[in-house]
Parts: sequence; C-alpha cells; structure tokens
Amino acid sequence: MTRNIQFKIYRYDPDKDAKPYMQDISVEIDATDRKLLDVMVKLKAKDDSIAFRRSCREGVCGSDALNINGKNGLACLTAIDDLPTDKPIVLRPLPGLPVIRDLIVDMTQFFKQYHSIKPYLINNDPPPERERLQSPEDREELNGLYECILCACCSTSCPSFWWNPDKFVGPAGLLAAYRFIADTRDQATSERLDDLDDPYRLFRCHTIMNCVDVCPKGLNPTKAIGKIKDMMVKRAI
Amino acid sequence: MAAKYAIRKFDAVIVGAGGAGLRAAIQLSEAGLKTAVISKVFPTRSHTVAAQGGVAASLGNSEEDHWHWHMYDTIKGSDWLGDQDAIEFMCRKANEVVVELEHYGMPFDRTDAGKIYQRPFGGHMSNFGEKPVRRSCAAADRTGHAMLHAMYQRNVKANTQFFVEWQALDLIRDAEGEVLGVTAMDMETGEIVVFHAKATIFATGGAGRIFHSSTNAFINTGDGLGMAARAGIPLEDMEFWQFHPTGVAGAGVLITEGVRGEGGILRNSQGERFMERYAPNAKDLASRDVVSRAMVTEINEGRGCGPNKDFVLLDITHLPPETIMKRLPGIHEIAVQFAGVDALKEPIPVVPTAHYQMGGIPTNYHGQVVMPQGNSQNAVVPGFYAAGECACASVHGANRLGTNSLLDLLVFGKSAGESAVEELKKSPKAHKELHQESIDKTLERLARLDEQKGGASVHDTRLTLQRTMQNHCGVFRFADKLKEGVQKILDVQKDVQRTEIKDKSKVFNTARIEALELDNLIEVAVATMVSAEARKESRGAHVRDDAPDTAANPNGRDDKNWLKHTLWFKEGNRLDYKSVKLTPLTVESIALKTRAY
Repeated sequence: MTRNIQFKIYRYDPDKDAKPYMQDISVEIDATDRKLLDVMVKLKAKDDSIAFRRSCREGVCGSDALNINGKNGLACLTAIDDLPTDKPIVLRPLPGLPVIRDLIVDMTQFFKQYHSIKPYLINNDPPPERERLQSPEDREELNGLYECILCACCSTSCPSFWWNPDKFVGPAGLLAAYRFIADTRDQATSERLDDLDDPYRLFRCHTIMNCVDVCPKGLNPTKAIGKIKDMMVKRAI
Repeated sequence: MAAKYAIRKFDAVIVGAGGAGLRAAIQLSEAGLKTAVISKVFPTRSHTVAAQGGVAASLGNSEEDHWHWHMYDTIKGSDWLGDQDAIEFMCRKANEVVVELEHYGMPFDRTDAGKIYQRPFGGHMSNFGEKPVRRSCAAADRTGHAMLHAMYQRNVKANTQFFVEWQALDLIRDAEGEVLGVTAMDMETGEIVVFHAKATIFATGGAGRIFHSSTNAFINTGDGLGMAARAGIPLEDMEFWQFHPTGVAGAGVLITEGVRGEGGILRNSQGERFMERYAPNAKDLASRDVVSRAMVTEINEGRGCGPNKDFVLLDITHLPPETIMKRLPGIHEIAVQFAGVDALKEPIPVVPTAHYQMGGIPTNYHGQVVMPQGNSQNAVVPGFYAAGECACASVHGANRLGTNSLLDLLVFGKSAGESAVEELKKSPKAHKELHQESIDKTLERLARLDEQKGGASVHDTRLTLQRTMQNHCGVFRFADKLKEGVQKILDVQKDVQRTEIKDKSKVFNTARIEALELDNLIEVAVATMVSAEARKESRGAHVRDDAPDTAANPNGRDDKNWLKHTLWFKEGNRLDYKSVKLTPLTVESIALKTRAY
C-alpha cells in the first residue's frame, strides 16, 4: 500500500540561491516508512540536493532536530501517521540559529553556551584507586538530567534564547549545569552557582516552558532551572 | 579541476570522535601535544552513543570475578580466533579504564554499597565458563550515551581541538609506507585541507551499513577501512560480522542484550523458551552468534511469529515494572517508538540484525597498525594507529561478546594514544615531506565525482550493495550464494566507480558526502564477501552449509586448515593469511576446545 505525501521544505543554498524559498515536493511512501526521517531519506533519493543532518535514526544522537509543522522535534522519532495529511508537511530549520543550508543550522552559539557552564565533573581530590562511591539515591538525582542528547530542540524553541543567544545559557546548557550541581561527586557547586548568578545567564528564563513541551527525551529543563534558582535563594539567606 | 588545498601541521591527527577517538584524544591532549580530532559529526552524535547494555570489567562489585575468567570467556567467544596476547591485555586493563571513566564523571548506576552497578551479559561466566556472572558495568540501558558524553566532556576540560563536520578523504602514505596524515574536507565550505601529522590515529568505527538490515547509524560507512585499503593496508578477518539477536523486527533498531541480562526471555510462536534446547547452560545468555542462529533456525522451521512467521518474541512481561523502568527505560521507549509495543504488557518482536564488524585494520595490542612485510607478519606501519571497531587487535576473533566493544574502544583508544605519545616524545622529529601522489589521487577522485555524467545513482547503488550483502552473506552462509555474491559485489563496484551526483554545491553538500562514503562501503563489502567465500569452515559468526558439524570438525570448525587470520588486500583483490597468537602475555594459553554454552 503506497500513498503520496506532500511537503513544503525550506531551501537555501548560499552557493546558488539569492534568498531562501519553500520547495513543494511530494513522495510515494509505503508501509515500511514509519518515521518522518524514513520519508526524508526517500525525498533525498528523489532530489539529492536537499540537505539535512541525520545519524542514529533512533533518537539518541540528536542530529535530526528540525521544525516540523511549526514545532521542534526529531525527524526519526516523529511518526508520519501522527502528522496531518490534509495539507503539506512543512519542514523548516530550527529557529533562532543561522542557517548554513536548507535544514542545517549553525549550532556554534548553542555549543558555546553548553561549553560555558563547564560541562565536566570537577573534583580536585586525587583520584582513588577504585570508583568514587555514590549511593543509588544520590545517583538517582541525575536521572532526567544526564540523558540530554544536545539536539537543541529546547533552546531553539525558547524566546529568551532567541533574543539573547550570546548571553542567556538556554535550557540545554542550564540542564547540563544542574546535572553537575546535582552530582555528589562534583566539588564546584558554589563556583557554578556564582557563574550563573547573573541577570542574563540564568535569569532570562521566564518559565515559558517551550523547552519542556518540545524535548524529544521527555526531560524538564524548566524544573532544573527552578532548582538552581532555589539553591541561589537558599544560599543568599 | 583547480587542485587547491591548504596544509595544516599537527603532532597528531585523530580521525573519528566516537569512544575510541575521544579516549585517544584525552591521552594526547593531556600530554600537551598539538592534536586535531576530525569528525564528520559532532562528537556526541558518534555511534558509540547508541550502545546500551554496558561495558565489561571484572570489578566483582556484586559477586566474585576475575580478569582471567573474562579472558577465558572472550577467547571462547572468539571461537579461538582472537589473539590471546591482546585479549589478556584488554581484560587486565578493564578495571583501570572503567574506573577512569567513573572519575571523568560517567553516571554509572550504583549498587546499594555505592559501587558501579553490574549486570549479567551473554557469554560472560564465572570460573572458566561455569555460570553467568555480573560483569557488565551499566548506566541504565544508555551506557554508550553516558560514556560518550563523559569522554566528550573530559575533552572539553582538556581543551582538545576538534574539527567538527569534516569528512576525512584519504590516508597520506609515502613510498616507504610511512603514514603522514590525511586529506579532509570541511563539509560546511567544501574546502580541502591536508592534515600533516607525525602520528595518525584512526577511530572511524564500523561499516554496519554494508547490510540492508542493520542496527547501525547512517554514518557507519567504514570510512577508515576504505581509506586504509586504498592506501595499501590490508583488512583483517572481514568475513566475521556479528548479527545481534535482538533488532526490532522491521526497524532494525537495537534492543540490548541487557534485556536478557535482566531476565528477558526469547520465545517462538508456541511460546516456548527455545534457547533451552540450543544452550542448556547459558540459555538466553549464550553468545550472540549462537542465539542469532537459533532464532533463524526457529524461523526457518516455521516457528516464527506474526502473519509472515518472520520474527520471534523477546518477553519481559514477567519482570517487575519497576525493574524495567529503572534498568531498561530506553528499551521501553524504543519498543513504543519502533515496535508500537508496551513492553511492560506485550513481548517485543525481534530478528537478528547486522550489528558489529569483528574484523578491521590489523593492529597489535599497542594500537599500532601492522601488516606483513619481509619476514614479519606483523611489521608496524610507521605513524599509523587504529582503535575501536575500525581496528582488529584482534580481541573479538570470530564473534564478539556483548560489552566487549565498549571495553575495546576504551582500552585500545587509550593504548593507541599512549603509543603515539611515547613515539612522539621518544624521537622528536620534523614533519616528513608530504607525499604528493597520495594527495593527487584524492583530488582526482573528487574531480571524477564532480565531472561524472550519465553515471549511477548513489542511492540505488548503495541499496544494491546492501541487498547483495544481506542476501549472500547473512547469518547462515551458503557456498553457492557466496560464490555468486562475489561476482555480484564486483559488479556493484563498477557502478560505484561511476556514481553521479546532481548537486554540485560547495556548501554542506551531503550528496557528495554520501557518494564518498559509498567509495568506502564498497571496499568493506568486497573485502567481506571475498574473505567469506574463501574461508571454507564454520567458526563463530561465519557458518557455512558446506562446513557442517562433524565428529572430526565439531561445529564445522577446522582448526587444522583455518586457525588463521584472513588478510584482504584491495590491490588485486588478493587474500593472504597470518597466524593467530595463541600465547598470552603472562598466563598459559587457553587451549582449543569445542564451543558449547
């Protein structure tokens, strides 16, 4: 059983296009094409110039984030049957970041913010012979934090990040910051809080919660940001 | 075409930023060497991220364990094709590299005592094959993700210099056989740069995309193997491919063996736990090759499930829901997403799916690339190192045990890095003069692709390649199908030499990248088919109809004639063989034995 799926795809190749445009294109799919990414691979077989990133096709590498019918998500986790077929599926690059080409955005600013929170364990004690101990309860604090795949769906759906991508760390970076703050093995909690105690870096979050709405891994950056804010209040009094 | 390129000089260049590449990079960056890490994807998008069940180490956190038992299991798992020196090295190093990872911040699950949580895994036993042991160190069922991120983070701390979204094109190897770096393309601009280095480390991963049904990511196209083969380096034991027992039927997405480690059971259409018949002792936790063959046998004999009787079921409905949600949350998610099944309530449809390449670029246990030269079967190729799935140390032999891949990339990523650091510090020398011919060949290949008219479609050619491999070189192999397969894959090769892309843009041209990846896939596919056709025995993952189980050759294994490594050379499509190292470093050799679980 095959059927025809209509698309409107954002296209821009700076090598030849004066400005971006929307391409109308359709493709025949069959029952084995279950995810949007499967269909995009078919589209590319038809027109090899459509550029997008993809790798694991199972939602763990974070490559194929894009804006699907106005909402950010991963192409590989979006079921084609969940998208309305009475009108074309509209594919655009993630909003708020410069476009390199077609559906590929320049993620430099996003990673710069991630790197800015020192996303690594800081523990200045000499490493012991064996593993550092951590209770199962303390380890559980990291659940919902360490699973982030850095796809940028959250940060690029956040109005605060759109306005201040150079100053506001954004939901992904703040989730990572809290992942290290919450880790009992990390010794840099107060430096981490100092670094974030800034009108922009942390406090541009206005709990709009778009990040929670779009996270393909079901994570909750707003909650993590709230916990950081709580810790700041607590240490201030 | 105007052959324009820039040259950049580094002490070392690492190609690939998955587990092995990142582990090697930590070594080089922390030693203060000027290092470039080239990756065609952002590091945390590398396929290590998809590893689920764990990394092996005989930490003994939940019960008694010993590296010597782990060594025995790995050799038995390899069907005695693994090199025992490298296997001893890996198993002895396991605790050290896993503990290091924990110190880097990896969020391992914990035991009540606060130690790293360990679960049972296929083929890992205590006391030299007696009963399953908890050896797999795990972060839920997201171990690869947790590990890759922890190592990327450590590299951020070490200030490693990454070249992200750069496609490596070819190895630069001079007339004396010395490796002097790589040519690479900046995907964003199409710019060509020669990375001139004193040490070159390949950590490019596997080529699971040679098969039509694969657990592997799109990026797993064997780029390192293609580059090595074109530069005259042989590929070792390429006939040995692991088919993972539990890929989601239809989608191919991996379901970790950790599911069976936590108590999951495979059932046929009659609801029977059929592994009891095939592996009375280890049952569902037998080695992967054994389980995959049992599953295909069940399906072939009409006991498959579903309307077409073409899959079996992986059942965890008897496990406590809280265990599933705590230890296997990712699997629960994958089952919903890719099988449309709530694994708490219904079994998951699964089939054996191409998963891992045991063979690769031949190395010793120091991570140095070796090849026959003069009287030596294992002469070091100066300046060249390899680690992880692209390399063949050989620790997996004819069949890899689950969790030994993550261990392999840690141990040999580290040792390749250490060897390079040692070599660079030992003999501080200037960069050797570049080899123009190597560079020109790459430029010619790029020009050919840009100028090709009336050529073959990349998509169609790749599909033919993948179907040919799937049909002629699968879980069970047949002499006539292999013979036919060799001819067919050589026909595909002709199409690969005349691929055409419509898109000629310089900016992020993914059509060009896919065509260049196909140049690498075909080398791996030909090496695999030719090596498989030639090996006239059954061993590990390579099982042929004309090498059946007999009294003289139990399981069809023929040690008299075939206890040796295959070496495939691109030039002349030629095969050679070298001996298996049966002598470990400090302990006695694990003697040949018939394999049973």
